[in-house]
This record gives sequence, structure tokens and C-alpha cells, in this order.
Amino acid sequence: MSEHPSSRLRDRPEHSPASPLSIHAMTVAYRRKPVLWDIDFDAPIGSLVAIVGPNGAGKSTLLKACVDLLPRASGTVEFWGRPYREQRRRVAYVPQRESVDWEFPITALEVACMGRYPSLGLLRRVGRADRAVAMACLERVGLAELAHRPIGRLSGGQQQRVFIARALAQEAELSLMDEPFAGVDAATARVIVELLASIRARGGTVLCVHHDLATVREHFDSVLLVNMRVVAAGPIAQAFTPANLERTFGGRLTLLDSAGQAIARAEGGLR
Amino acid sequence: MIAILAAVEEAPAGVRLLDALLLSGGFHATTVVLGTTLLGIAAGVVGTFGLLRRRALLADAAAHATLPGLAGAFLVMGWLGIEGRWSPGLLLGAGLAAALGVLAIRAIVRATRLGEDAAIGTVLSVFFGAGMVLLGVVARHPRGEAAGLEDSIFGAAATMLPGDVVLLAVVAGIAVLAAVLLLKELRLLCFDEEFGRVIGRPLGAVDAILLGLILLVVLAGLGSVGMLLVVGLLVIPPAAAGFWSDRIGRMVPIAALVGGASGWIGSAISASAPRLPTGPMIVLVAASILVASALLAPRRGVLATAATRISLRRRIAVDHLVEALSERDDRGWPLASIARERGWGGATAALVLRAARMEGLVAGPSTALRPTPRGLARGLAVRRNHRLWKAYLVRFAEVAPSHVDLTAERVEHLLAPEIVRELERSLGEEVASDGGRS
Repeated sequence: MSEHPSSRLRDRPEHSPASPLSIHAMTVAYRRKPVLWDIDFDAPIGSLVAIVGPNGAGKSTLLKACVDLLPRASGTVEFWGRPYREQRRRVAYVPQRESVDWEFPITALEVACMGRYPSLGLLRRVGRADRAVAMACLERVGLAELAHRPIGRLSGGQQQRVFIARALAQEAELSLMDEPFAGVDAATARVIVELLASIRARGGTVLCVHHDLATVREHFDSVLLVNMRVVAAGPIAQAFTPANLERTFGGRLTLLDSAGQAIARAEGGLR
Repeated sequence: MIAILAAVEEAPAGVRLLDALLLSGGFHATTVVLGTTLLGIAAGVVGTFGLLRRRALLADAAAHATLPGLAGAFLVMGWLGIEGRWSPGLLLGAGLAAALGVLAIRAIVRATRLGEDAAIGTVLSVFFGAGMVLLGVVARHPRGEAAGLEDSIFGAAATMLPGDVVLLAVVAGIAVLAAVLLLKELRLLCFDEEFGRVIGRPLGAVDAILLGLILLVVLAGLGSVGMLLVVGLLVIPPAAAGFWSDRIGRMVPIAALVGGASGWIGSAISASAPRLPTGPMIVLVAASILVASALLAPRRGVLATAATRISLRRRIAVDHLVEALSERDDRGWPLASIARERGWGGATAALVLRAARMEGLVAGPSTALRPTPRGLARGLAVRRNHRLWKAYLVRFAEVAPSHVDLTAERVEHLLAPEIVRELERSLGEEVASDGGRS
């Protein structure tokens, strides 16, 4: 996507260049069917933000579109006032656990080391210093003893912790996590909660797709309620209200959905 | 396989096989053995990444798609007045056609709603069919020297020249060099491409390099194993390697070893007897190694898995025996009464008792069994795990108490110590310690 000078957000007073992530008027389409409409959001620095919404609301799509994994139909996304490709090193990403084949022949440590790749040249091998960092990150998630175990022989919760260790190894200021709590055991959930707290204590920011409404208040500072568009965003006390939740989860947005279908059909994306 | 056995039975053929294996079967046989070994090494290395990237069918389609390229190049060169069958011109045509086939598959997947398998099946058969038609045209060609083209379908290792061996050595060298230098990126590409793109790795280029390596191996294999079977050399050695290691860094050298050995042994067998085609022989040897690996590999092999299962069942049965004894008073109980309770036949009961005795868990004659102190401790531990697990299911998983025994019956034997501790923490001591020996 070409970057028009006019599409930069620095001239827009509603977005702050200090924010780790500013999304302006972003629309994302899948097979030409818009699934996210006109998203506007600024992540508050140093806070833990839960992205909450029903299934199919576009929560994962939102994260992926921010880090250029999915094309944006329109809109602008900036990290600290710059496009993502200039700020990669300051952003860590934890994909959904189901996104990879866990039978793949690789050890936990080798996965964690991938977090160090950004600082390595194309032909450079993973050095001792990088391996030590990755090992320390595995230790932080309580997997030091399983570092050399193939990932296929780890439990689901341990696999999720390997992914989080890889993100920690990126040593980033902003972490984007896609459902880290999904289907994990109590011990893993505890580890993740502690890590979130320690990231915030160091001034880091986390955006976390989260499915468990009961624990949002307990673990996060802010919330971004999404259902194909932003329903509400802000500190928990203001945004995480019964009325907003009702608007987020209360039935499908038939109008937006059928408008999306119509666009897709007109452009030949769906049949 | 009967043919091989028959061939090896004759003493001369056996001697010839040994000679070929030891590279003393004459200049020609040695050329073929070296060439196919190098090809096997290259295919094993490249195939490991190809298999993990799920490119096996794509490789097969690319191989089939070389045929129209070969025939087309032959015709074009004929018009241009260039002589020769195995010139670089033919390989260039084959490579171009294979690349075109891959691009066609990509285009179909991207532009239509067809899945990749449909796209691959279509392109594979259409390109191969077009190639056969072009071969017909070539056969009517006045110069009529097209017979050699058909060799590339099934492979004709006998036509291999020392120059081909040098080329195959270069191909194997490129494959090994790429695997060593790019292991880190290839691993990322095959395991988690999305993450690689998020952190900004040039995975598009790495993917193109991998595809290029696959095409290189396909082209290198046309002469000896042929376009129909080269996919076997790309898939089978890495599949066998997967049984021996679950680390990609070790799978690559193992697959190279299996591929090389298949080329070596397969071509040696084929050289030792008349009318044993080299390409099929190599693939059959590779397949034998795969079957042996699937059966014999430690931990992942069929036999190892079966052994684990049997030993687990034995452990559970011994658990049940000591559990039953720990529930009774210690005046000694006949094995038969416990066997009836558990539904064991006479033979099973005898095996269980022998296992329990070997572990020093029970004492006394089989008519009056008593647990040893160790046996008693183990029986109590099993009962305790059983209780913990039942309580956990009822309290946290909301399983109806009447259904609990079904799962508790097996799980209690599998609980690792750290899970038992976790259960004790969440359920409190009262469940864990209730009741002792009754």
C-alpha cells in the first residue's frame, strides 16, 4: 500500500504520535467482504487493553490488519506515529495457538529463539547470546526444564507459553496477543497474568484479544469492544458497562453484515 | 521383489551386486551408483523442507509438467537446427514448463474458488497430457530421434555419463549449502510463516528459493529416476527421517543419508541384474527404509508404541492388583478372587502376578497373596489418586458422580506427580487423606 503524505496521522489532533498504536478509519475486507468498518482507536501507553467481542466480530482480523498480515481496504495504522514496517522491532506478536502445526519437528527453545531473528542477518545463525535470551524468556514462563523438548510433546498450555516466550524474546514495547488465554490450564493462566502485570510495570503496552468477560475487569486496564466496528473503547470503568456489552454482543449486526455481503457480491468476491 | 530375490540367488548376480555396492562393478556401474547417490542426498535435503512446507504434491505436478517442456524444446531446437537430446536446451525447456505449471497452480488457487488439490490435479494431468501429445508430434518429426525423450518419463540411469555425475554433485552441493545457510529462515517459513512476515523476514524470497531447489532436484532426477518417480525421492527419505528425530536440524542429515543410501543400494541392485529398472529400484529401496523406520524407530515406531502401550497396560494391571490387596486385610488372599473381580483370565492373572513379584510388590503363595510394604504404599497411592481425580471431576468439571468411575479408572494411573500436587492444592488435604487401609 502506498503511503500518501496526507494519510499520515500527525496532522490529526485526535491521534497522538506518542501512542504505541493509532488506528484511523481502518476498514478491512476478507474476499472483498468488509469485516471491520471504520475502526478508530488509540492505545493508551503503558496499559493493558483487552479486545472483546463475539465470535466473528473481527478481533483477530483487527490485530492482523495492524501488523500488515491482512491488507487494509482503507484507513491508516501507525505505531508511535510511524508505519508498522518502520517500527517492527518495537512490536511483539503472539498468534493464535491453532495457527501452526504443533507436530512440527522443533524444540521449545528453537521456537523461542525465533523472537531473536529480527536482530540477526539472513545468513547468520542463532548465537549463544540470543539463545541465552530465549532461554531466560522460557524460564520466565516456567518452561526452562522443557526447553529442549519437541513442541509436540508439550501440553496445550505449555505450547501457549512457548509462543509467549518467543514474544518476550522480541523485547518489544508493545505486545499484540491473539487469545493467549484460550484453552489454557490454570497454571498457564497464572503465568500469563503475572507476565501482563510485569510488562505494565516496565511501562510496556499490551493489546490482547480476550474471550472471557468474567476476567476482563481483573486483568486489564482498558477495553476495546468490537463487533465489526468499535462499539466502545476506554478505561474499564467507563467503557466496560452493561449497556456497551449489550450493544457489542446483542445479536448480529444484520445491516452491516448484509451491506458487506452486497459489496462482496457486487465486486465478485463471493458467490 | 521376487525378481530381486531370484536375481540375487544366482551367484554371479550376487557378486555383481556386491561389486556395484563397493563401486567396483566397472566404470559404467560406478558412474550410475555415484550419480544416483548424489541425487538421493540432494532430494533428501530439499525434500525435508518441501515435505514440512507441504509441497510434495506441488513437486509432483512440477515434475509431470516438465514433459511438454522437453518435447517443446526438442521441436524448437529442431526448427533452429540444433542437434542433440540431452543438451541444456532440453533442460531449460523442462524447467520453464515446470515453473509455468507451478505458476498456473498459484494463479488457479488465487483467482478461482478451486482448492489447491484440484488445481494441482488439473495442472498435472493437463501438462502431462499436452506433453504426450507433443511427443506424438515429435515422433512424426522427420529427424525421428525422439525416443530419448521418453526416457525422462521413467528415467534411464544407464545413459548417465561422468559429466552428469559432476552436475549432480553440484546440485547436491547447492542443496546442502542452502540448507546450512538458510536453516534458520527455512525453519521459520515451514513452521510459522505468519510470524515470520510479522517480524519482517524476507520469507517470499526464501519460499522462492525452496521452490527453486525443488525444481532443481526434479530436473536433476529426470535422467535417472524419471519424472513420474522423482517425487518419491523427495518425499520418502524425509518421511523416514521423521521417525528418527523430531528436530528439523537432525531430520535434514538423516533424510540425506536415507536418500543417498536409497540411490546407492537401488542403483547397485539394478546394475547387478538385467532388466531391473534403476529409478523404480531406488524408490523401492527408499520405501523399504521407510517401512523399516516406521516399524523399528525408537519411541515413534509402531513396535516402540506398541511396547509402550503394553507396558502401560501391565502397569495398570499391577496397580489394580496391589490396590485390591491394599483394600483387604493382610491374612493373604488368593489370586483367583482378585482375578474374578477384575475379570482377568487365568493367563492374564498369572502374567500380572509375575510382573508384580518381579517388582517386589507382593509376597506369599498365589493362594494367599499379601502386599509387601512397597506394594502396600503403591496400592494406597493409587487409591488416593483415584479419589483425587474423582473429586476433581465432580467439583470442577461438573461430571455427574455416577459417570466418574469410567474415566477415573484409567486416569488415576497416568497422573504425573506435579498434577497430583496441583490436585491436592485445589482440593485440599481432606479429600487426599480420607480413609487409609480398611
